Amino acid sequence: MAIFSVYAVNKSGGFIYQYDNYVHRAEAEKTFRYPLDCVLKIHDEKVVVSFGQRDGIRVGNALLSINGLDVNGKFTADGKEIIEYLKDSTNYPLSILFGRARLSSNEKLMPASMFHSLFAIGSQLSPEVGSTGIEMLETDMFKRHCFQTLTGIKLIVLTDPRQSGIDELLRKIYEIYSDFALKNPFYSLAMPISLEGVPTYAEHLLAAFPSLYGPTHP
Amino acid sequence: MTVHNLYIFDRNGSCLHYGEWNRKKQAGISKEEEFKLMYGMLFSIRSFCSKMSPLDMKDGFLTFQTSKYKLHYYETATGIKIIMNTDLGVPNAKDILHQIYSTVSMGLYVEYIVKNPLCVLGEQLSSDLFSTRLDLYIRALPFFSPRAA
Repeated sequence: MAIFSVYAVNKSGGFIYQYDNYVHRAEAEKTFRYPLDCVLKIHDEKVVVSFGQRDGIRVGNALLSINGLDVNGKFTADGKEIIEYLKDSTNYPLSILFGRARLSSNEKLMPASMFHSLFAIGSQLSPEVGSTGIEMLETDMFKRHCFQTLTGIKLIVLTDPRQSGIDELLRKIYEIYSDFALKNPFYSLAMPISLEGVPTYAEHLLAAFPSLYGPTHP
Repeated sequence: MTVHNLYIFDRNGSCLHYGEWNRKKQAGISKEEEFKLMYGMLFSIRSFCSKMSPLDMKDGFLTFQTSKYKLHYYETATGIKIIMNTDLGVPNAKDILHQIYSTVSMGLYVEYIVKNPLCVLGEQLSSDLFSTRLDLYIRALPFFSPRAA
């Protein structure tokens, strides 16, 4: 039972705030001999598995590190191109870590803003009169709750599907947003929140709900 | 407790079937545009869910809800998507959508393809038998009532 992350989007769809509380990433490390039996390809500046799913390594998983050194996009930590490096049999045996790609902050920004538009489309396609936008989106792995304030700010929380008490949490986040951001004279409205002490504000609010900590939180 | 409407799309985004029972508000755009918008929205939601998901997903996106309605989504391995809008009282319609696909849709789908050499995949299912069977099935659902609560 956990809260995975918190996002805030302003009324024009721009990204204001993001906080990851507990992110579970499934990763698999294996030692390989030459030749590599997974087919890799470059996608979005990352090396991903396109064929050869086995042993916890799934299609779509990105190559995260080679021999313990984190890779940098399509290059290894030393600056060599990964695909070329893996074709060279003298580099084997080596151990490679595959896992779900960790999203950079740019990559988190896009879906958050995309959600803003989907929210509006959801209200347009409504078969009933007077519907708001999407308040809750459910998949088998997570639930995404969205609370739209009267001023148009959307507070979005990603949680475990079995988590309860989210309405209360969203109201509390709104309260803390107005305390820390709106009452701050140096904060301009609708700008990203990068104030000092703001990560601690999210921790403070999650501390108000101790039962909602992820399993790895101290 | 009621069902508002139902869409069936194929993998290319063309709407194969649309049924309406209790819809109160039209979208204000033509039906063609509404189908495209619905398909586009669901395509975006799906790709968005696969990016955001903390773990690899088995089934993917299931439902979303607003303050007034709930949208249930079911996708088959061949790309056929079934979407049902109901009111908020309905819990999880995944099994029902699966039933619609396997018995009503596939049962008649196969008959329709096999027995009608003129019909083309990807065009609207204009079989009357299909529409009436689907209509009867929806009306027989335990949470369907002709008047919304």
